[in-house]
Amino acid sequence: MYEILKVEKLADNTLLMDVKAPRVAKYCDPGQFLIVRLDEKGERIPLTICDYDREAGTVTIVFQAVGTSTKKMLSLGVGDAFKDFVGPLGCAAEFVKEDVDNLKNKKFLFVAGGVGCAPVYPQVKWLHERGIQADVIVGARNADMLILEEEMQSVAGNLYIATDDGSAGHHGLVTDVIKKLVTVDGKAYDECIAIGPMIMMKFVALLTKELAIPTIVSMNSIMVDGTGMCGACRLTVGDEIKFACVDGPEFDGHLVDFDEAMKRQQMYKADETKAMLKLKENHVGGCCGGDQ
Amino acid sequence: MSVLKAIPVREQEGKVRATNFEEVCFGYNLEEAMAEAERCINCRNAKCIAGCPVAIDIPAFITEVKEGNIEAAYQTIAKSSALPAICGRVCPQETQCEAVCIRGIKGDSVNIGKLERFVADWALENDIQPEKAETLNGRKVAVVGSGPAGLTCAGDLAKMGYDVTVFEALHELGGVLVYGIPEFRLPKQGVVAKEIEKVSELGVKFETNVVIGKSITIDQLMEDEGFEAVFIGSGAGLPKFMGIPGENANGVFSANEYLTRSNLMRAINADSDTPLITGRKVAVVGGGNVAMDAARTALRLGAQTHIIYRRSEEELPARVEEVHHAKEEGIIFDVLTNPTEILVNDEGWVRGIRCVRMELGEPDDSGRRRPVVVEGSEFDIEVDTVIMSLGTSPNPLIASTTEGLEVNRWECIVASEEAGQTSKEGVFAGGDAVSGAATVILAMEAGRVAAKGIDEYLKKKV
Repeated sequence: MYEILKVEKLADNTLLMDVKAPRVAKYCDPGQFLIVRLDEKGERIPLTICDYDREAGTVTIVFQAVGTSTKKMLSLGVGDAFKDFVGPLGCAAEFVKEDVDNLKNKKFLFVAGGVGCAPVYPQVKWLHERGIQADVIVGARNADMLILEEEMQSVAGNLYIATDDGSAGHHGLVTDVIKKLVTVDGKAYDECIAIGPMIMMKFVALLTKELAIPTIVSMNSIMVDGTGMCGACRLTVGDEIKFACVDGPEFDGHLVDFDEAMKRQQMYKADETKAMLKLKENHVGGCCGGDQ
Repeated sequence: MSVLKAIPVREQEGKVRATNFEEVCFGYNLEEAMAEAERCINCRNAKCIAGCPVAIDIPAFITEVKEGNIEAAYQTIAKSSALPAICGRVCPQETQCEAVCIRGIKGDSVNIGKLERFVADWALENDIQPEKAETLNGRKVAVVGSGPAGLTCAGDLAKMGYDVTVFEALHELGGVLVYGIPEFRLPKQGVVAKEIEKVSELGVKFETNVVIGKSITIDQLMEDEGFEAVFIGSGAGLPKFMGIPGENANGVFSANEYLTRSNLMRAINADSDTPLITGRKVAVVGGGNVAMDAARTALRLGAQTHIIYRRSEEELPARVEEVHHAKEEGIIFDVLTNPTEILVNDEGWVRGIRCVRMELGEPDDSGRRRPVVVEGSEFDIEVDTVIMSLGTSPNPLIASTTEGLEVNRWECIVASEEAGQTSKEGVFAGGDAVSGAATVILAMEAGRVAAKGIDEYLKKKV
């Protein structure tokens, strides 16, 4: 069992938790993810790693409740435990392996959408700790849904906010902000790292392709084991089939087939599934409202 | 009844079992087992022992069954096999021990597999313990993977007195025995969990949720955690796809995904949180045991199910018993048929599978006649779900994170046949990770060989 040591509400239906998991904390790096399982009947839920403390042996996770399993997770408190907690999985962010002196000459732009802030934060922090100041754009539906703003502020070079309703920062999309920074303010970026809803990553990638900024995206595909066994997370990158769990989760955003990935993302979505079930009149398991 | 005929094994009737996940075969009872044991003539030069990859003293255990000494029969088997209740169910006995049985020359071979299963089940029911090590030597050995190779290696080493820890990447122990082979062939709680419990009673420690190569590397296990030797039994878990158009459509699954959801995640039970899409019409592409398992699972979930296989029925790589069971249950076999495209509807879901007819040409490298496309034979089968069961290859996670561990061009770890020794000192390997996808018993044999290899290596090292 993996004990929960801290629970913090970040926004409606969005919690941050510190979990005791020494094996995960010891060797995890920014860009990697982990899988949790709530109880005996639980799904394996992939979550991004938001932070880690190697000495304390703890890992910080952030999740938004969107389906049955993550909704159940909302009721967990300090002292409760996850049945299973496995990781780190996937590959670390590319820059972790690069020479720090090289990195210092690079200008990074991070774009985080919604709970995508959670996986972006450790990457910006990692760079910050090595004296590299990255610009960060954070997008959210509204001011209440903004998460980790202070934490991000403390590690980012410049922090730009955009909300759909204008209740905080720029009134509009993250892509508006990217366009303004590059074309109006004349900023130059060597690399963009965009993590958030697939639709956001798709449009960021389309724009940065125009602007000729190499772009990395992190694919939160449906997966079961997370170790390369099931192939549920396969996606098309360029003309190759890749598994998000072992080849990723980070890929060249200009090569990812987002339309296919978004269709695959819908496979178990509540509405879709119900419709499919009606169509097929034949199903088992907790399809409806599955987190995947 | 003629002595030429084996005592029949009671099974669930085909039409009935097609609607449930209960075990197909009921096995022998004591009376039936003793009667079948009588058919063994206890050959002086018993070929069956050589036919068994782990060399169980078959005539000796059967002799005990004849007398009704089931506990003694169990201890005889346990000397050679750590997982007899599993092997009695999933070993291809018809091509191993039973294939060389003298009785088989004229009549049925002795039903060795079902006798082994009876003895092992009896031992599970009566909680008979295998014999433990007398003294512990305290030397630490790590085993990577809790499938048949890892369990056998761990059990053997524990019996020799080593301090063994098994690391499993998934949340449940058993590897392919748990995620791959369905309940109706191998009950998880009743058989697999109990057999693993026996390995644990030998003193083996287990740690789940540790992905070697990610959570910790082989080098770190040896340098930081004091393991003097490591056995890699990580299996062959990477699914293959065909590379045909439409393969990423919604409703196309690897057999691994379909079976993992059904078996490991128990998505076949209504109270599991893990979703599983079962079609009304399912095509399973491939002809191996895994294809049969996927097809028979889909059938039990209510789908009309096809097996699509490019060679003829004779070449089906699955066990004859599995093919026979699949047919009895109502699986449709489309042999000499090969898919060329998966047809997809506007929403991105499977609507059919386009195939061509094949005919057999000249033998290829594998000695099997090569299937050749029949020109102009293209046709469509209407299905809403496609399961790809084309085999698996070893997971590169460990090889790619272990310095100096040699792999061949199929990503299989290179290990010596006689000791399981890899190119890296202190590191041994066996099972599907070395051979590519094979059988439970061959993995066990490799685990056993490596346990001996590790023992010899560590004795020399002191």
